Amino acid sequence: MADPEIKSYAPHHESLSAAVTESRPAKAVLMIVSFAFLGIFLLLPLIVVFNEAFAKGFSDYADALTSPDTRSAIYLTLLVAAISVPLNIVFGVSAAWAIAKFEFKGKAFLTTLIDLPFSVSPVISGLVYVLLFGAQGLLGAWLKAHGIVILFAVPGIVLATIFVTFPFVARELIPLMQEQGNGDEEAALSLGANGWQAFWYVTLPNVKWGLLYGVLLCNARAMGEFGAVSVVSGHIRGLTNTMPLHVEILYNEYNAAAAFAVASLLAGLALVTLVLKTLLEMRYGAEIAATRGH
Amino acid sequence: MTTAPAKAGWRFRQPSVIPGFGLTLGFSLAYLTLIILIPLSGLIWRSAALGWADFWAIATDRRTINALEISFGTAFIAAMVNVVFGTIVAWVLVRYSFPGRRIVDAMVDLPFALPTAVAGIALTTLYAPNGWLGSLLAPLGIKVAYTPLGIIIALIFIGLPFVVRTVQPIMEEIDKEVEEVAATLGANRFQTIARVLLPGLAPAIVTGFALAFARGVGEYGSVIFIAGNLPYKSEIAPLLIVIRLEEYNYAAATAIAAIMLALSFVMLLVINLVQTWSRKRYG
Repeated sequence: MADPEIKSYAPHHESLSAAVTESRPAKAVLMIVSFAFLGIFLLLPLIVVFNEAFAKGFSDYADALTSPDTRSAIYLTLLVAAISVPLNIVFGVSAAWAIAKFEFKGKAFLTTLIDLPFSVSPVISGLVYVLLFGAQGLLGAWLKAHGIVILFAVPGIVLATIFVTFPFVARELIPLMQEQGNGDEEAALSLGANGWQAFWYVTLPNVKWGLLYGVLLCNARAMGEFGAVSVVSGHIRGLTNTMPLHVEILYNEYNAAAAFAVASLLAGLALVTLVLKTLLEMRYGAEIAATRGH
Repeated sequence: MTTAPAKAGWRFRQPSVIPGFGLTLGFSLAYLTLIILIPLSGLIWRSAALGWADFWAIATDRRTINALEISFGTAFIAAMVNVVFGTIVAWVLVRYSFPGRRIVDAMVDLPFALPTAVAGIALTTLYAPNGWLGSLLAPLGIKVAYTPLGIIIALIFIGLPFVVRTVQPIMEEIDKEVEEVAATLGANRFQTIARVLLPGLAPAIVTGFALAFARGVGEYGSVIFIAGNLPYKSEIAPLLIVIRLEEYNYAAATAIAAIMLALSFVMLLVINLVQTWSRKRYG
């Protein structure tokens, strides 16, 4: 990817410089507009989170974070991410191997299907599982007869989380592995490696930063998902409340300080994600696929 | 998926020395089917089972129509705002050098990383009548929190990175010589931007708009706190789905979800056509 260094855009002819870049006042206006817009829409909300979290002092903040309900919400969020992220890693690597290393019919269609969850409202992502596993659902009666609980319990939350984070790893790896081609793996195979060895010692080292990038985004969404999880969770305090759901409950109980205390942890996670993501882009930009963004 | 051989010489896949095709494709398809396709077809099946009369009654219910109008309307306005400001932000990030450019660039992704519920309560606090921005706007008679304007604010927050991240890479690839040619032919800066640069960016801008719009239509977490959620006034379609579910009115929830899905796909299709057209038109 082209590094957007301003140097490379320096005009070749001094006489043209006025015509190929904006005048100084125009530049100033565009920059002020940008900074004002980003400041109001991105920076201020972030500052508000930390400001409100500490509004009642540090001890209230610590109390909010160590209450049993908060601790169980943190535990559940970590548990759900610990199950759903690895599953999506296995899927992402597997789908990328099939799609990037082989030519087959229907490949473009399969790639489109993988992106499907991104164009579905999170609420609908939760709803589909309610329709499937709920009491009035297609499998509801059968599950009840067999004593299997999916909805309003951890399995439902995990499923909804997998649904909304489904494309992250795959969509990061597919363009990257396509770009790298099959040459390295073919060389390894001709030297006597088996398929597993070729993957483990050749492919994986080639894509490791791209994989990490995808995992980072997948994890941020898994821990922060609200809409889909809210529909399938049942909001049972201390049992099926993830951190984002706990934020909602506290906020609706007019306990804003505690809500923002829990929110500050999630905002901290977002900031760590952004820092790591930026570091990966700076260090290994070339080794991460050209696709940027979500 | 097409697996049946249609004619002689038809190959499902090109031969390759790389192993693992059956295993990885098989696993991927099974996982995709179990997690995504079966549940989504369950939704379609349930709404088809409703029968036309019931479906129509739910679809034409005043509250349903208002919720859909609010969702699509606010998402449209927010995406338009993001097209204007997102393009300016991308331009500033690509073309100008200033201290902290890297940090500003990283900040643009905040809405991707920040959980929507956190964004929701932060924006609500900010724009509430006693909030930092709400208290500035109140004397001007502008109410943001608990009105449709609040929904638009939340959707601007959510949609911004979609526009910036779609337009930015295309801007980075602009060939400086094109601008120089325009300038030597006597175009002033404004003409160069309006007649030479913007048409080339149009497909990316349309794509960014589409992504921001699609995300905004389905957005839930950041909106429900700031919207006030008054039926017929500031109630978004995803919230109405949740309300119907809580009333155990599965039929209505399913029908509204099916309408939302269908409308989103039609929108994406239209925008795809527009993109193909603009690519043909401007190369």
